[in-house]
Amino acid sequence: MNQSHRLPAGGRIDRSRSLSFTFDGARYSGHPGDTLASALIANGVHLVGRSFKYHRPRGILTAGSEEPNALIQLGLGNRTEPNIRATQIELYDGLVAASQNRFPSLEFDLGAVNDTLSPLIPAGFYYKTFMWPQRGWMTYERAIRRMAGLGRAPDGPDPDRYEYRHAHCDVLVAGGGAAGLAAALAAGRAGARVIIADEQAEMGGWLLSEGETEISAKPAVDWVGKAVTELAGMENVTLLRRTTAFGYYDQNWLGLVERVTDHLGPYAADHLPRQRLWQVRAKQVVLATGAIERPLVFAQNDRPGIMLAASLRSYIARYGARPGKALVVFTNNDSGYRTALVAHQAGIGVTAIIDTRMGAVGPLPQAARAAGLRIYEGHAIIATSGRLRVDGVRLGKLAASGDRIEGSGFGISCDLVAMSGGWNPNVSLFSQSRGKLDFRAEDGVFVPGQSFQPLRSAGTCNGVLSTAECLAEGLAAGAEAAREAGFANRKPAGLKVTEPECPAAAPFWLAPPEKPLARAKCFVDFQNDVTAADLKLAVREGFQSVEHVKRYTTTGMGTDQGRTSNVNALAIVSATLGQDIPAVGTTTFRPPYTPTSFGAIAGRNIGALFDPVRRTPIHDWHAAHGAKFENVGQWVRAWYYPKPGEDMHAAVNREVKAARTGVGILDASTLGKIEVKGPDAAEFLNRVYTNSWLKLGIGKARYGLMLGEDGMVRDDGVTVRLGEDRFLMSTTTGNAATVMTSLEDYLQTEWPELKVYLTSVTEQYATLTINGPKSRELLAALTDDIDTGNEAFPHMSLREGNVAGVPARVIRISFTGELSYEINVRASQGKAVWEALMKAGEPFGITPYGTEAMHVLRAEKGFIIVGQETDGSMTPGDLGMDWIVSKVKPDFVGKRSLARSDTVREGRKQLVGLLTEDRKEVLEEGAHVVETVLDKPPMAMLGHVTSSYYSPNLERSIALAVLKGGRSLIGKTLSVPMPDKVIRVTVTEPVFFDPKGERANG
Amino acid sequence: MLTIPCPWCGERDVHEFRSGGEAHLKRERRADALSDAEWADFLFLRANPKGEHAERWYHVHGCRRWFNAVRNTHTDTILAVYKPGEAKPEAAQ
Repeated sequence: MNQSHRLPAGGRIDRSRSLSFTFDGARYSGHPGDTLASALIANGVHLVGRSFKYHRPRGILTAGSEEPNALIQLGLGNRTEPNIRATQIELYDGLVAASQNRFPSLEFDLGAVNDTLSPLIPAGFYYKTFMWPQRGWMTYERAIRRMAGLGRAPDGPDPDRYEYRHAHCDVLVAGGGAAGLAAALAAGRAGARVIIADEQAEMGGWLLSEGETEISAKPAVDWVGKAVTELAGMENVTLLRRTTAFGYYDQNWLGLVERVTDHLGPYAADHLPRQRLWQVRAKQVVLATGAIERPLVFAQNDRPGIMLAASLRSYIARYGARPGKALVVFTNNDSGYRTALVAHQAGIGVTAIIDTRMGAVGPLPQAARAAGLRIYEGHAIIATSGRLRVDGVRLGKLAASGDRIEGSGFGISCDLVAMSGGWNPNVSLFSQSRGKLDFRAEDGVFVPGQSFQPLRSAGTCNGVLSTAECLAEGLAAGAEAAREAGFANRKPAGLKVTEPECPAAAPFWLAPPEKPLARAKCFVDFQNDVTAADLKLAVREGFQSVEHVKRYTTTGMGTDQGRTSNVNALAIVSATLGQDIPAVGTTTFRPPYTPTSFGAIAGRNIGALFDPVRRTPIHDWHAAHGAKFENVGQWVRAWYYPKPGEDMHAAVNREVKAARTGVGILDASTLGKIEVKGPDAAEFLNRVYTNSWLKLGIGKARYGLMLGEDGMVRDDGVTVRLGEDRFLMSTTTGNAATVMTSLEDYLQTEWPELKVYLTSVTEQYATLTINGPKSRELLAALTDDIDTGNEAFPHMSLREGNVAGVPARVIRISFTGELSYEINVRASQGKAVWEALMKAGEPFGITPYGTEAMHVLRAEKGFIIVGQETDGSMTPGDLGMDWIVSKVKPDFVGKRSLARSDTVREGRKQLVGLLTEDRKEVLEEGAHVVETVLDKPPMAMLGHVTSSYYSPNLERSIALAVLKGGRSLIGKTLSVPMPDKVIRVTVTEPVFFDPKGERANG
Repeated sequence: MLTIPCPWCGERDVHEFRSGGEAHLKRERRADALSDAEWADFLFLRANPKGEHAERWYHVHGCRRWFNAVRNTHTDTILAVYKPGEAKPEAAQ
């Protein structure tokens, strides 16, 4: 098809080039400068979608981002995107678009049966109908979603790239129409750093669509061109086209999304991101976001071919398209006449101008009369006809009250209806900024009132209508904003504007329909299929607050957030309630202004860049030796090392056995390490740990428990004294940062008198733990200056010397109950020392073991893991660790809470062991333990399993659990109910292996 | 997004900071002398005013130092910042 509806001349399109595109599989052409909407119109396509609920045929209503109807599925494969406004898609060659919410085709949609049934589907239909039985909703919902859906999300990951940009400026101007350009010029000339953003491909806003307007005796577009050239030439000004200011946040922080390559089509520019998210902090903001034309609410006002009057002007003047041959204009203000005259001059037949008012005398109505156009004053449209496209309207004479028709109506044929109900200032961003809105009764609009942040509104978003006022307000706002930001400047000179006079008019909220209202389909919200009757029904059913009406009827929701419908809905609700509009209130505007892609918001913070990954210095060795890894916080730790043919169970059993019979080696580099230094270091440790630290000898190690002020265990670990004023503290792997923060907090705010410095040294050292009866021999083989004898180097002590030829701190401590040494070397030497240990350990059958084996080994000994046996509600007493809590220290963190009524009461959960009757049965961690099993939950629960493993050394399963009054239950048999069976368990002491602890000291 | 003027580093974005809750809670070192109710008051009970609120902040991704700020919880504006140990200033505005 070949642009059958293109005007012979005019418009800001490049007629020398043609672009080919498809819509629902049919091939069309357009020109650079077209939007998908204007190209469709130029090809005579008005029907572009089906409505959300009733599946009514819908066309293109607007020419901008406020479009509620023309939502299409754009693109293919993983680049496809649903619900994109055809009015905002710049045409590119090869563009593929499809309509949404129809089956089997747009022209014949089975779902349209909903329209016939619409009297049965009033507001709140789904709430009322699908409530019973209550669980049925789960089934209904799926079917309803399929019927009332919009587009479809892609199946695979987004292949495109998105970037962030952080920026600061003195003046941010949102909107590049007359007011915005003027503001940017004034602020830029004053020397302020200016960012001006406009959502369209071309700056200029409505000036691009208004051929009759002249600025400084030249066409308005000439002024736009000069203004853009001047701005582009200023180093202090950044011009952002195709950029929507979508969010206004605290302290003049705004989110902008720049569509960098969307207009080029997929794969067109691989070196550029698809979109760029700007996060701008502005000293001052000028909002020049324009106004949105208000639709008139009349019977069947939603047929394809019915559009907003100024948008029609835009299609004619800016895009050179001819949306129809026979136009009816329906208006309550003079701007409707302007559209009629523009259409008339473009050769479109103007069948009638229907004005709700009597005796309009402005220059535009007079010009229309002089042009011989047929005008019906004091009339309204009371019905329309046409299945897939409007083919006629019926009108009637309004009674003086305006709420009913006198006499009988009559019909006029047409294929195009332009409606104008006045202009709503676009106050979304102002409202997001927490500014207060004022209601202006004379034309029924909300205008910006008291600002909350340093901003000013200018132009039609501020409630003015003429280009002259827009330019004047823009210049003034830009100059003032620059001045406030510290750039002195003089009052800018004004601009002379010639334009048709088009004053504001009294609002007209609802045209009385020919049929009863309930069947008349007077649409208020096109996107959500909400009619005037739905709103009145909601009020009758008791919804009084506009926020409740909104949620009940869904008016103002969806991708357009009620851009064209909110004020009309509010007016109809308030009229029904018999209250003034300001008394009913307005709904709150929230970000984003228009739908913003997740890709832009996520930026590069996806995949591998989502969260930092921490690897130990020995990681590559683990990987090269087939280790399986697990994530522990941000750390990646070796989990187990399967040999060929081994499953996890076999590998872990082998590793666990080796660590008790020969020698095992563990990479423990992830343990948090904090150096505590200063004359008061010992006193500081004495306050943050529950046991006493003042008398710990140099070269000695001690285990400590750290509590919160609430008395609950927060962390544990071994700390060694390196010198009189120097300690090396270790923390659990996942808790290192939290512990550091907490310790800093106490030092800086509670005990600033203590002279202590904390340094995180986690990543400075590699920690290699050798473990098992042969570990002493292994250590001895690799050191010539550390006496490894049992007396010379006893348990819980530190020796410094050379291991494998490099300086090392060796700490004899044990997390397995075996003889064990923790060898700390410089991180850079960790891998070499590990390899030296592996080589020297060969004769002893050295076996690397991972975190899983480590867990089994420590569980055999009943050693807790903070975060596994504890969950923020366990005291030392609950864990059977009263032995580590000092009775004599006057103060330590959490001490007072250990005497709280809650922490001393009977029946707290306590740590115990569990042994299953069946030695092979391994309990599930998290499983509940009960005394009496009932048929089904709820059952009285005693507690839960915290750790559970198969112990190859004991040749049976073992588990740790926390149970209410656990210690008094030792010896009893309890039950663990599972979905398919009940497992019988015996409660035991939580230490299963070497209860006397002889092996670590041997 | 707020900016917060760290008393050591100057104005920074809020994501560099971590909130530490109400300021000027007195931790009694000889807490044994406190009744359960008094201790519970320190441990659990916090003011939740609409308006001026003195609170602790930690510049965790900056100088790693704690400080206090007076913030209007209604308007979400920082009225004053000051160092630990200093008295709450008469907030400006």
